[in-house]
Parts: sequence; structure tokens; C-alpha cells
Amino acid sequence: MYQYDKFDQALVDARVADFRDQVRRRLDGSMTEEQFRPLRLMNGLYLQLHAYMLRVAVPYGTLSSAQMRMLGDIADKYDRGYGHFTTRQNIQYNWIKLEEAPDILADLASVEMHAIQTSGNCIRNTTSDQYAGAAADELVDPRPYAELIRQWSTFHPEFSYLPRKFKMAVIASDTDRAAMRLHDIGIQIVRNAAGELGCAFYVGGGMGRTPMIAPLIREFVPLDQFITYSEACLRVYNRHGRRDNKYKARIKILVHELGKEEYTRQVEEEFAHLLTQNIEPPLAELERIKAQFTDPAYDPSAPDALDRSDPDFALWVDNNCVTHKQPGYIAATISLKPVGGIPGDATSDQIRLMAGLAKEYSFDECRVTHAQNIVLPHVRKVDLYTLWQKLDAAGLGTANLDQIGDIIACPGLDYCSLANARSIPVAQKISERMAAKEQEIGELKLKISGCINACGHHHAGHIGILGVDRKGVENYQLLLGGCEGADTSLGTITGPGFDEDGIVGAVEKATDFYLANKQGSERFLDTYRRLGMAPFKEAIYAKENAE
Amino acid sequence: MKILTGNDLKSGAVTWWDGSGWSLHVEHAVDVGEHGDDIAARENAARRVVAPYVIDGEVGPEGPRPAHIKDRIRALGPTVRLDLSLKPADANAGDWVI
Repeated sequence: MYQYDKFDQALVDARVADFRDQVRRRLDGSMTEEQFRPLRLMNGLYLQLHAYMLRVAVPYGTLSSAQMRMLGDIADKYDRGYGHFTTRQNIQYNWIKLEEAPDILADLASVEMHAIQTSGNCIRNTTSDQYAGAAADELVDPRPYAELIRQWSTFHPEFSYLPRKFKMAVIASDTDRAAMRLHDIGIQIVRNAAGELGCAFYVGGGMGRTPMIAPLIREFVPLDQFITYSEACLRVYNRHGRRDNKYKARIKILVHELGKEEYTRQVEEEFAHLLTQNIEPPLAELERIKAQFTDPAYDPSAPDALDRSDPDFALWVDNNCVTHKQPGYIAATISLKPVGGIPGDATSDQIRLMAGLAKEYSFDECRVTHAQNIVLPHVRKVDLYTLWQKLDAAGLGTANLDQIGDIIACPGLDYCSLANARSIPVAQKISERMAAKEQEIGELKLKISGCINACGHHHAGHIGILGVDRKGVENYQLLLGGCEGADTSLGTITGPGFDEDGIVGAVEKATDFYLANKQGSERFLDTYRRLGMAPFKEAIYAKENAE
Repeated sequence: MKILTGNDLKSGAVTWWDGSGWSLHVEHAVDVGEHGDDIAARENAARRVVAPYVIDGEVGPEGPRPAHIKDRIRALGPTVRLDLSLKPADANAGDWVI
């Protein structure tokens, strides 16, 4: 994985020193909150519902064991013994003291980490496939390209004050595991008819109050021009994106209002101009980065067989592990969604345990997924049972990946000052209510947001839940039919909302209807797409209507 | 009643104006009437609070209580981690929020 060079380290160290001075000036009164606020936000420090919250960047979700261990130590040293892994593949701490924030950044810098550009109207952390480098179906490891984006976008002077925040994702498989088309720019590394690698650009996707699926604006950009093309996309957005209305400021609105054709025309025009300016990073830099993402030293004699005699272990393997490109290895997902637990939360001890297991069993590497879980990407199959036993003993052995208990949930009104309703208690109740039926239901991605900003990706859930404030009372809208991935679709609201208990019952009715009407091996989403909203709606509201 | 709330500048902790200073406990909050904005400006300038704002409150059996659920959660702590709230020993503390 990528290791900082002297420029990376100097840049991050300088930022720590800058922020330390800024905090000192805020505390001694030489800077007002109005002056300080944009500076702290540029370092990922928010003032949230209960305290300061620090969002730490995890570029493309990849962490070394030393970095993961540091995240656990920070949770103990500066917070309250836990952290929250987010849908941007980052981690957040909820109880930070302003006067200690510079020390946290210094600790992060000591393991090549930071919180730069985890807030503000700039290019945020670039996300990627959690199985990058391990997936059997990828063309190449997408992370070197995400890393080049990180370097290009960090402190980019032209894009530090965009109309609104900007999120990019890079994948290299036909199977989209990063919700790529729901990003401002989604890049898929593809191969053209001549066998050359390049990038397909999808621009103008996003969730929030106006969800949109990004259209494909260019099928193939040569790899040695993809930063230039990204620059062109950003330039057109920066020039024409609306700054008068924050709710219409995302690039998806610009692409929608200009139309894909006109936006693309302007990008192509800008791209042609930029090609004459020679702004693409030298190929040698990309090669330097790629050299740090080579395969680990796999054991070519690692046996491919797996002892599945323990049924609990076999279930975990079936649900949480995916095929690895290297025979004898497997990629294992650690679910941070125990029954009744808080989605994405992990204690400091659990974080350190996962760090140790990454070091011992996965070539010193782990990943944060956008579904708020942790992946050990390169595990020898012969080690898998021992690994699972250690996870299970620490409450990390839940076998529910992509099932109804594997809920994505934003922090909601329990932590977030923007939220309108709590997300976590709803997730906990659904998780508990549906646990017994989970295996029977199979794949069902349920996602909960506590407000229209959609940090919980509710638009993309097979079942989505949106919390709203109805005259001071929490109310929950139910959506069906959303999906991320190659067949991305947006969920549709079923009808009137529910209270906290009512939404749990509605989810159960929807899944009961699915189980009664599924054909063959249909997933919930397949049945919904075959039958449409009407019969689901009838089943969900039947009792309420009768009453 | 009108309640003035904000966060402690250094710790970020949620605080409530008690008439002479800032308390961690909403039960100590006083009715600031029409003076909330003036107090907020003065205290903000003195760096004794950050991001102060005035909310509607109501008086219950345990004292002042924010009218809106968001501020009741601010006053207590996350309902899903009562162990981290101001009333860790009270298993039913969440009822106060709802």
C-alpha cells in the first residue's frame, strides 16, 4: 500500500503545525468563531450535537495495521473508547476537545494520516472498491488511480472553494461495490477494443435531497489523461455551478439543468484546452504509486481447501467472504453490525484487535467499506477458521454481510446536528426483529438516513428509510427498490410515513410479502422489480387501512 | 420559556445558561426572556461559549426541558449510549427525551 514520501509527510506535518497555531489563536481570542470555523472544517473538525466531531480521512478505505491501531488508540486517548466508521470509508470521533485536536492530528500524521478535506466545499476522500487488489473480477487495482486523485486534489488551489462538496469514486470491475454512479464523478477503469486501459467517466450522480444517477459522459479516457479530464469536469462545474442556493449547488444539478450533452460539450472543450497546458502528472509519478500497490507475497502453495465442518463458521464464510484472485486466499468482511448493535461503531479494543488480525493474517492491511464494515483483504484459507474464532470471541463474527441486519445507518439525531430523526434506534430494532428471518430472506440491503442529506444512502437501499421531522415528532418514510452497483436505481417512497415502531413493522410486512411471493432464488430486489410497488404497498398498509 | 444553550469552547460540551454562567445540566437553565441574543453575544465574545442560540423550553416536573427533541437529545446525550449520557445510571433516561 501507499507510503508517504517526504513531500506527503512535510505537507501533513505543516498542516498540523498550522492548525495548532489556529487553535491557539482561537482559544486566546485573537480569532473569532466566524474566522475559525472554516479553518477547523478544513481539518475535519465539526461542532456536532454533543461536542466537536473529528472526521479522519481513510483514502480509498485502505489502512495498515499500524494506522488501524492508531485509530483505536485515539479513541481511548482523546475520545470515549470507540469510533464510527462512515459511508465515505472514513472514521469519526464524537467527543473531541478542541484543545486536543492538534495533538490528534499530530498522532495521525505519525502514521501517515490526516483529516484534510474531510469537510468543506472541496474534493473529499476518494472512495473505491473494498476488495481492490484482491477481487477476482477486477481489471487492475483501482487504488493507484484513487491515490493519484488524492495527491492531485489535496490543496488544489482552484478547487478548494467549489460551489459545494465533491465526491469521487474509482472502481475497476463491472461489479460496482462502491456506489460509483451515485458520486459527483464516478470513474470505472475499463479496457477498450484495442485492449488499452482507460477510464469511463460518469458525472453528476449523488444522493441528498435530489438523488440522481450519474450519466456516462465519456466511454474512454486514456489513463495518461484522466487527471486532465477530471480537471476539465471540475472546471466546468466550478465555473457554472450555482453558488446562490446550496440545495442546487451540487454538480448533479448543473449536469441536469445544462443537460448531459451540453455539459459534456463544455467539458470536452475544456479538456482540449487543458491538453495543451500539459497538466497531467508525469507518468513516472503514477508508476511510482503503482509500484506501492503490488501484490503481497502470496504463498503459492497455500491450500485452497476449507474445512467447513463447523456450521457457524461455514455460514460466516458463505455470507462474509468472497473469492480472491489468488488461489488459497479469501477476502473476509468483518461485520460491524451485530444484532441490535450500532452500525459502524467499534470499540477501541475491537479496532486494535482488527489491526492485529490484519497484521497477522492479511499482509498488514485492512479496508473500511462504504457499508461501514471492515475487510481483511488477503487471508489464507488455512488461517480462516482461527481468524473467525478470534473475531467471534470479540463480538465481530456476525455472519450477515449484505443481509437485512447489515444496515447502513447515519449517526442520525443521536449525534448529528443536521438530522431530523434518529437512525440508530430504528436500525437496532429492525436488526433485532428480523434476526431470526435473516438467513431466509437472504440479500437485502437496508439503508437508513436521519435526514434528507442521505448520509445513510437511503435512496440506494433495497429498502430505504428516511427520517423526517413532522411537527417536532420523528417520522419515517419507507422506500423500496433502490440499488447501488451496475444496476443502480433509486428507491420510491411507499406512501405515508410511520412512527419508530411502525417503520419496523412496515419493514417486516415488506419482507414477509417478499418471502410469500418470491420465485426461485429471487432476491428481495428482484421480486420488487418483477411485481412493482403496488402489491408491496398493499401489504405494508393493509392493517393500517383496516384500522 | 426561552432557554439559551451553546457549547463550551474548549471541550465542546453542551451547556445551558443558568443566569450567571454555563451549566452542563438543562435543569439549571433559566428563562432568558427577550435577553437571549444579548447574553449570547456577550458570552460568545468572552469565549465562554461557542455557537450559542435560543430555543423554546417548557417547565416539567424536573425543571426546564427543551421543547424540541433535538435539544432534549443534546441535553441528555445519545439515546443509544446512555452510558455516555449525563444520567448513565438511569436506564429509563431516554424516556425523558421521547
